Amino acid sequence: MDLLLDCRGLKCPLPIIRLAQRIGEVPVGGVVRVLADDPAAANDIAAWCRMKHQELVGSPGPDTFDVRRLS
Amino acid sequence: MEYTGDPAGPVYLDAATAVPLHPVAREALLAALDDGWADPARLYSAGRRAQQLSDAARAALAEALGVRVDEVSFWPSGTAAAQAAVLGGLAGRARQGDTLVHSAIEHSAVLHAAARGKAVEVGVDRLGRLDLDAWDQAVSAPGVALASLISASHEVGTRQPVAAAASYCDEAGVPLFVDAAQSVGRVDVPPGWSLLSASSHKWGGPPGVGVLVVRKGVRWISPYPQDDLYRPGTPGGIDLPAVVAAAASLRAVRQEAQAEGVRLSALVERIRTRVAATVPDVEVVGDPDQRLPHLVTFSCLYVDGEALLHALDRAGFAVSSGSSCTASTLRPSHVLEAMGVLSHGNVRVSLHRGTTEADVERFLAVLPGLVEGIRREAGL
Repeated sequence: MDLLLDCRGLKCPLPIIRLAQRIGEVPVGGVVRVLADDPAAANDIAAWCRMKHQELVGSPGPDTFDVRRLS
Repeated sequence: MEYTGDPAGPVYLDAATAVPLHPVAREALLAALDDGWADPARLYSAGRRAQQLSDAARAALAEALGVRVDEVSFWPSGTAAAQAAVLGGLAGRARQGDTLVHSAIEHSAVLHAAARGKAVEVGVDRLGRLDLDAWDQAVSAPGVALASLISASHEVGTRQPVAAAASYCDEAGVPLFVDAAQSVGRVDVPPGWSLLSASSHKWGGPPGVGVLVVRKGVRWISPYPQDDLYRPGTPGGIDLPAVVAAAASLRAVRQEAQAEGVRLSALVERIRTRVAATVPDVEVVGDPDQRLPHLVTFSCLYVDGEALLHALDRAGFAVSSGSSCTASTLRPSHVLEAMGVLSHGNVRVSLHRGTTEADVERFLAVLPGLVEGIRREAGL
């Protein structure tokens, strides 16, 4: 994990906006861990990864999402 | 007054919630208010007159739906009709089983009825199409009392494979309930179902009229106490003037349906293409081909759905959204979630006979700027 974004308490789409704004800070191949507890986060982080061609590595815990920068 | 797309006034693009009253419905409603106020069960002349109106409305609706008159009953709303279908269908098959099989994209009214007992959910793909193999497996399992499938998604417009789903139900000996609220009056519902519900204000009739059809030979037990007349249907009287208007408008709407379907479908196609081309980072969702003629849904990345709804409202456009921030539950739409598509920044546009090409062009002209403004405010 190369960057931790604590978005707990933020409503969608703020966690996705933070992710988009900050993913450039990790090198290609690096992983951003997003902590988000909005009920739409799981769905929307997966959809963002698909739309922006990034990889959702998985959800290692509750409200936790690992995203790998692919480009 | 009949709704028309006044170029200076607000543009109503939420027909999937409620269609503005059809002029035929308005005319019939006003006439029936004068003529159909009495209790149809009474034997004096005003009562007999109301009974005649009730019989004629029932016959017209049965004819429009292609069913027998005694298979039709009226309910206070489409929601009440759909829930009566589910609960009554389950009760009628209690000896055979206790499980309801339903798609993941049913209307929440059906999901709330499903939550009363055992239920098995069948998923959809990214376009919102039912997984037919999983459906086959689910309805063939032992203990299934009833299956429920929406005819076409009210949120994304994808038409469901009702005929194929019905044939799997038939093989398994399970009755199929079809919630046809978005289809009736617009597109034909394939045969093979056992129960069907519809809602008058989704086709241009007045609000407050739900229709339930229970085919002959299907065991259905009312979830409500019986009334004195042992009639199937909602307990107590019906809103007869509204029912008369619903029946009259369904007939009128069906006569226009083919031409309107072609016209609206082309406008929806224009919205699908233009939104994808002019709004960056947008996902137009739902099946591009197997879809309702009048409904289109898209989601804008990084956009708060509530902010977009308010911005569109200020610009004079009434639309709907499945985003969590616009839902009373603060949860994203279960339909968008089941499809795995973006749920925030979601907009549903649904057209009707009063929608003009100019309305759609005006909407398409203002949308990209509004989305851009909201994104800019969010720091993007």
